[in-house]
Amino acid sequence: MPDSTYSQHRNPLHKNPQLNVHGELTHLLSIDGLPREILTHILDTASNFLEVSDRDVKKVPLLRGKSVFNVFFENSTRTRTTFEIAAKRLSADVINLDVTRSSTAKGETLLDTVDNLVAMHADMFVVRHASSGAPYLIADHLHRTGRDDVHVVNAGDGRHAHPTQGLLDMYTIRHYKRDFANLRVAIVGDILHSRVARSDIHALSTLGAGEIRAVGPQTLLPTAVERMGVRVCHDLREGIRDCDVVIMLRLQNERMNGALLPSAREYFNCYGLTPEVLALARPDAIVMHPGPMNRGVEIDSEVADGPQAVILPQVTFGIAVRMAVMSILAGN
Amino acid sequence: MESTKTTKTTETMGKMAQQNIHIRNGRLIDPKSSTDAQRDLFIVDGHIAAIGEAPAGFVAGRTIDASGLIVCPGLVDLSTRLAGIEPELAAAVAGGVTALACPPDTNPPLDEPGLVERLVRRSATLGLAQVYPIGALTRQLAGEKLAEMHSLTRAGCIAFSQAKHPIVDSQVLLRAMQYAANFNYTIRLQPQDHNLARDGVAHDGEVASRLGLTGIPVCAETVAIATALQLARATGVRLHLARLSSAAGVALVREARRSGLAVTCDVAIHHLHLSEMDIGYFDSHARFDPPLRSGSDRDALRAAAAEGLAAVCSDHTPVDADGKQLPFAEAQPGATALELLLPLTLKWAAEDKIPLLSALARITCDPAAILGINAGAITQGSPADICLFDPVEPWQVTPQALRSEGKNTPFIGYEMAGRVRTTLVSGRVVFDSTGVKTE
Repeated sequence: MPDSTYSQHRNPLHKNPQLNVHGELTHLLSIDGLPREILTHILDTASNFLEVSDRDVKKVPLLRGKSVFNVFFENSTRTRTTFEIAAKRLSADVINLDVTRSSTAKGETLLDTVDNLVAMHADMFVVRHASSGAPYLIADHLHRTGRDDVHVVNAGDGRHAHPTQGLLDMYTIRHYKRDFANLRVAIVGDILHSRVARSDIHALSTLGAGEIRAVGPQTLLPTAVERMGVRVCHDLREGIRDCDVVIMLRLQNERMNGALLPSAREYFNCYGLTPEVLALARPDAIVMHPGPMNRGVEIDSEVADGPQAVILPQVTFGIAVRMAVMSILAGN
Repeated sequence: MESTKTTKTTETMGKMAQQNIHIRNGRLIDPKSSTDAQRDLFIVDGHIAAIGEAPAGFVAGRTIDASGLIVCPGLVDLSTRLAGIEPELAAAVAGGVTALACPPDTNPPLDEPGLVERLVRRSATLGLAQVYPIGALTRQLAGEKLAEMHSLTRAGCIAFSQAKHPIVDSQVLLRAMQYAANFNYTIRLQPQDHNLARDGVAHDGEVASRLGLTGIPVCAETVAIATALQLARATGVRLHLARLSSAAGVALVREARRSGLAVTCDVAIHHLHLSEMDIGYFDSHARFDPPLRSGSDRDALRAAAAEGLAAVCSDHTPVDADGKQLPFAEAQPGATALELLLPLTLKWAAEDKIPLLSALARITCDPAAILGINAGAITQGSPADICLFDPVEPWQVTPQALRSEGKNTPFIGYEMAGRVRTTLVSGRVVFDSTGVKTE
């Protein structure tokens, strides 16, 4: 984030709230603003945890006695489950709260909910919220109320960020491609509404990827997206050509027929990843997708199940990456 | 209602109201008459009796020493939202504001003469800043049926607007303008195309894209301005465009004025100082309607104010903590600003090297002319609505320092230069910072 127009701000919301005064990670809210060393440290730590998942006893005691609250203001069984598994493998006590159906329905504000959970001695919040920036509000509130010992992990906020997904994508790329420097990475589809795309773009630029392409129709690209350091391609073939990595994004049902796109069929014809299109990429290119996939909308089944797809390894790496994030936040 | 005011004033103020006042040794800046000179003021019966030399037989009941201070007309604010009437009017005079226009998006909206009369009466009994209500252009501000503009004018409305509510149906807007033109009423529109701005919470640009906030494109403003200008040409209505936010919007208004259309406009003081960058990490204090736009837009707004194309207003909107302690997109837009209007105008003038005479015109005689009211000038025989301020006195913006019930502003923590010392309304001292301090 560029500096604000005034240097006078005393408001903590104008400093990077993820890092403490020593530059250490206290919350994981966004990849935007995190230095390369922290990203690399998380990825390195994750590779140590990957081996834990292969053991007979899949547990390490790093978070023993700690309480991790999964606070999901927006439904997501999959992401919540992976966080739950990661926390349990670190021996934490995990409490799942589906806030969409409880407190907020009774009119409790977001910060009231947080205060209540802090009073229950939460050590870490894993937060998903439909509003961009909600985890920042929580982190800021914890700071103001003197609870810097409680950590926040953003599990997806509106269109803004999904940093653990971004990190697991980086882990996957590094696993298959080793080095970021010469990579061409295409991110294809609904970038406008995608927190995954934003996190991937920030992570890739921080890690020094050679070229990042944002591929999609103008209706699905954010204004001034090129200012985030990407090359914009409205043509899928041009966008895929000679790529090392193709990240496909999910197209939400409600966006398929309306003023953004005429139909799912036309979208597939123009932007669906088929074997023919993928053949334009480098022969060893990998295909990623954050899931859940819409087969026949953004991706052809033949590609999704094909040899270049690494979509299931992404899920496995995701647990190791979330273990790494939680263990680093807890001070290990 | 005038009689009510006088009676109450006499009751509460006793002999004070009758006191002759001599304001001496001040630097008088009256933009309307292009005066910037050392001049004494002599107030008799609540009116300016003389400027410079005492009138014959003048005996001062009270002398105010204005050495080192600037004496200027009480500020005129084009848009002040009154949450609680009394605290906000007290905040107004503490900020040197002696006349203000109140937009109709109150609860309930100002679409009934009775509501307007009550507002005028309640504010008049306080004897603080003078309140000029702006009536609802359409009933319930719903943008469908015209409000009773004639009755509302008789009740005290000086213009009509939709505040932030849209008129989606352009035919209704055309009819509203025709009807208003019929009586020579002024229509104020906050130009923003409802559909283009839908769900938007921030300027559609780099920052909103990065933060994943839904953007309001500049074309939402330009399309609405273009529509309003065309309809104003067609109907001959007197049009004021409120809260411009973009360089492109300013350019359209400038062009329309060059072509002879008597359209006026204003910008909010925040938009002269802040840009989208001030959202930082989702700071809801930087949420405004219209949104803070890019740095170059801000520069264009500053230029428009500097050249006199746009007046400057506080767009004072008290929002409580509950309204701001929410994720950015859910937070209420707006900020408290009555007490910051003057120091922020001085800050702008200092930064852009604008003569005080011009800068103060934007918050005194210019808005008075737009509102069509007898205020914002120091002339012999006019009511003594006067602001005395120290142009350099530093102070820090803190919730405690603000009299408004709205404590939310992006300028919290800032050092300001320039502070109101004394405010007079109709020759009565309604605010005196030295007095407040000793309480």
